[in-house]
Amino acid sequence: METKITDPFILRGIFAGIAVALISGLVGCFVVWRRMSYYGESIAHSSLLGVGLGILLGTGINFGIIVVCLIFGILFLWLQQNKILSTDTLLGVLAHLALSIGIIVISLNRIKIDIHAFLFGDILTVSSNDLWWMYLGVILVIFLVSINWSSLLLVTIDEDLARAEGINPTYINLLLTTVLTIVVAVSLQIIGLLLITAMLIIPAATSRRLSRSPQQMALFATLIGIFSVVSGIFLSVEVDAPSGPSIVIVSAILFFLSYFFGNFLNKD
Amino acid sequence: MKSINALISAKNVSVFKNHKSILKNIDIDINKNDFITIIGPNGAGKTMLLKCLMGFYKPNFGEIQKKNKLKIGYMPQSINVINTMPMTVKNFITVKKEFDDISFKHVISEVNINQLINKQLSILSGGEMQRVLLARSLLNNPDLLILDEPAQNLDISGQLSFYKLIQEIYSKRALSILMVSHDLHLVMVSTKKVLCLSNHICCSGKPQQVAQDPEFISMFGKDMANMMAVYQHTNNSSHGDSKFLIGDKDN
Repeated sequence: METKITDPFILRGIFAGIAVALISGLVGCFVVWRRMSYYGESIAHSSLLGVGLGILLGTGINFGIIVVCLIFGILFLWLQQNKILSTDTLLGVLAHLALSIGIIVISLNRIKIDIHAFLFGDILTVSSNDLWWMYLGVILVIFLVSINWSSLLLVTIDEDLARAEGINPTYINLLLTTVLTIVVAVSLQIIGLLLITAMLIIPAATSRRLSRSPQQMALFATLIGIFSVVSGIFLSVEVDAPSGPSIVIVSAILFFLSYFFGNFLNKD
Repeated sequence: MKSINALISAKNVSVFKNHKSILKNIDIDINKNDFITIIGPNGAGKTMLLKCLMGFYKPNFGEIQKKNKLKIGYMPQSINVINTMPMTVKNFITVKKEFDDISFKHVISEVNINQLINKQLSILSGGEMQRVLLARSLLNNPDLLILDEPAQNLDISGQLSFYKLIQEIYSKRALSILMVSHDLHLVMVSTKKVLCLSNHICCSGKPQQVAQDPEFISMFGKDMANMMAVYQHTNNSSHGDSKFLIGDKDN
């Protein structure tokens, strides 16, 4: 069967992909600056438990993901306060625990779900209702990040400098966990939980080479993300491949290009 | 009453962490035009005292009062520059600060970073970075400047010029300075009061008084005390009635 890009399901996939790119580049910059990629990965892993519980309890997967990921994030921030274990060790414990419970909850479920789709993304799973939820998430993330932009920057640079300006770093860390959770929930269907971190990291890393200010880096990361998502979805339709890996491959190609040509553009 | 006039007044402040006493019964008043240097060995609670005074940390006991609408400028020892974040010096100095164009221009020429403002933060040298941090702390015209070992990472000539800059700022602006520093011999000419901290306040007063205090000598040794006396003396004789030695208001 011939598929055209005007087919409703592909259009929905593209709109969903753009939703992902609109926030993953922005939030991804903070993930890169603060070296939180493993944290992002862990939140993504815990989302499978949210999917399982959401279906089991009939609350819908989006609600399940948000609740479970937020609990995971707050639990982590709380455990991190006693500094006996390093961050990556703690995440290694929590992330895999959440993933394992998630797999068990899903396998105990009577309702059959396609785990493959959640791991690698599938544009066919996006309904119009999902799109509304996604764009609600997009608006919320852009709103939260832009009104707290300079506080987020300063806490990222130095927590004591931030305290000197009356900012509470704990509040900002909670905020970042919240927006990361929303990014995971929005990205899950298109990108898949195994590859969400790639969408956070790769466009931001690509953009680093081309920018001279944090705002520029966030903007370029978003544009690069949008381009990767749209061309990745075309690619996936063309070769009948999962959408997540196709998008990641396109963005990785851009990443390497920016490193080859970035030297000519940016002379510091 | 003194506490009403003071910019910050700490009374009987104590901090415990993991059943260990970090600060014990600290009383300190920071007044207008004070220049106080805190010295003390590692683990003496110097940084903790600054954190308590700035309100970053709530002490277990005691009371800290701040003057209404007190503006504090804070300069940390160093920051970890994030190479993955593109940021110009101007961007860094001004982020989350309220300021106007005139005070911005004044500050950058005051600390002499005119040439740097469009450079990326990641390529600055140690000395340049300290001046940038100082500029940031001065941008909101603070009443009190708090410096935590500001010259720790500089070489000796860098330290000299940095303390000279601090002295200039102190003499030109109407502000008070509270500084943690180990470079006592270098700050001698500027500081009006030295506070020797080792979880409790061992001794405090004018530099030459502190240098003769038995507790100070047992902590830093006779050589350090002698060196301080020499610097103090040199300063006295070369500048005569130097403005650096104007009478201590506390007395």
